[in-house]
Amino acid sequence: MEYNDISEFSRTWGLVYLVAMFLAGILYAFWPRNKSKFDHAAQIPLEDD
Amino acid sequence: MTRETTAKARLSIDGWVTAAALVIGIFYAILTAARTEDPLMSIHAYIFAGAFLLGIFAIIKAYYDSSEHQANKPADAPVEYNLDVIKAGVIASVFWGIAGFLAGDTLAFQLAYPDLNFDVSFFNFGRLRPLHTSAVIFAFGGNVLIATSFYVVQRTCKARMPGDFAPWFVFWGYQLFIVIAATGYLMGITQSKEYAEPEWYADIWLTIVWVVYLFVFLGTLWKRREPHIYVANWFYLAFIATVAMLHIINNLTVPVSWTSTKSYILFAGVQDALVQWWYGHNAVGFFLTAGFLGIMYYFVPKRAGRPVYSYRLSIVHFWSLIFMYIWAGPHHLHYTALPDWAQTLGMTFSIMLWMPSWGGMINGLMTLSGAWDKLRTDPVLRMLVVSIAFYGMSTFEGPVMAIKAVNSLSHYTDWTIGHVHSGALGWVAFVSFGALYCLVPWLWNRTQLYSLKLVSYHFWIATFGILLYITSMWVSGILQGLMWRAYDELGFLEYSFVETVEAMNPLYWIRAIGGAFFLIGALIMAYNLWRTARGDVREERRLLSPESVPSPVAAE
Repeated sequence: MEYNDISEFSRTWGLVYLVAMFLAGILYAFWPRNKSKFDHAAQIPLEDD
Repeated sequence: MTRETTAKARLSIDGWVTAAALVIGIFYAILTAARTEDPLMSIHAYIFAGAFLLGIFAIIKAYYDSSEHQANKPADAPVEYNLDVIKAGVIASVFWGIAGFLAGDTLAFQLAYPDLNFDVSFFNFGRLRPLHTSAVIFAFGGNVLIATSFYVVQRTCKARMPGDFAPWFVFWGYQLFIVIAATGYLMGITQSKEYAEPEWYADIWLTIVWVVYLFVFLGTLWKRREPHIYVANWFYLAFIATVAMLHIINNLTVPVSWTSTKSYILFAGVQDALVQWWYGHNAVGFFLTAGFLGIMYYFVPKRAGRPVYSYRLSIVHFWSLIFMYIWAGPHHLHYTALPDWAQTLGMTFSIMLWMPSWGGMINGLMTLSGAWDKLRTDPVLRMLVVSIAFYGMSTFEGPVMAIKAVNSLSHYTDWTIGHVHSGALGWVAFVSFGALYCLVPWLWNRTQLYSLKLVSYHFWIATFGILLYITSMWVSGILQGLMWRAYDELGFLEYSFVETVEAMNPLYWIRAIGGAFFLIGALIMAYNLWRTARGDVREERRLLSPESVPSPVAAE
């Protein structure tokens, strides 16, 4: 494995990896079933115990 | 809960482990002090030994004190949060903050008037400068992050931090690291890596402290009674975990010997430079950004009395920020021996960072929608909101400066210093001040601050100081950059180096005065917080909104 192989790999699969992770994050954030969980979570700091 | 059920054992397991480790540490430190031929190493070994000895005394004292308040508690008693260590963290934050601001302003005056180093090696610019940067970033910022993270993770998880001694070990161990680093700089011990100047033995000590910090944080998350982990904790955890990784890799050094202060880094040449700036920029990204965003996501909703604008946006903010920041480091190495594609990669990711940064800024600011009137009556909230505005401004400026063409003008000039300080003073320090103003009444059980008017004075004086600072550095930096690249008609450089220094001198004075304003603001805060902790309330015209006005006799 040479320098060029590593740089080639990181320039191609690195992009795929980051886009996949980004899409996974977006899907998690906007998945409709998660909405009620997030609505509750947003209130956590305001709950007094 | 384990605390109550094991009421018989007067010293918890982590107490025994800490005590045993400290005893071994004392012997090792004394052995090092005896064997070393390096006088600076023996000073540091004795500081370690003395600190470990004090630690053992503290554990013995806790052992005897513990028998007194081991009363039987019902199993369903409310969570007893560990707040004492957070109080200590607040005090340490204020102390180190003022020390760091003072060191910085001293340097600013030295740059304007170099004789102010009095020809004493300890006050030399090269030694004071890392003292300033480490004091403000790691001592002030680090203590704020440790204290607020301990507070936020306990409250949002509704669980007490695990261990009786582990949180205290994190706190005192971190202070010891600061003392070792700071005394080392003044004596001339440095490995010459920016923001990573402490030598190998201080780095190993910090690694131990940091791993315990990570376990205390994870342990609290593990014990949580709240099913969802609130987003502020994600930012804190990203900060703790990533800083551990950055710190270890950037400090892979080989000491000359076990008794020498000197070490050599594993990497050579451009690899070392890339690792250093991968570390350096992510110190900005994960220490000064992610950690303080954790503060924003807890303290701004809490102070405004409203939930965060969009929880979904906070998730996208988190994941996109951490995935992009880690690649931005090469923009510190434009036009160097670093391969061109790596420079371009750093530049591209820096520009893409606009999106998560501004997404986060909008999320923080819009949390106030429907509560904007509170800005008029609550100077603490005003401080928090202005910190978010500065976050937006400096994260706009940063990517601009990461563009190669802009960087060819801005790099190595005062523009960089101005940019860093708009982030450090405007964002990091202001959001920290806001959090401290919130925390002191909560921790010391006071209904309100000693004086909101003093908060307002602090806000305006410090803001004015920041504006003097960053505007003078913009002018100075662009002036310096343009003078460096000016050629005359014969193709010679138009200005000598000293001519640029002369041209910048008036701006250095303005910067130093701006810094003095900022320091005065911090002193006002220290006084205000001290009186608040004592339970005093200053008689003054009400600034508060009607529903939050306490009765005059509410506080003692």
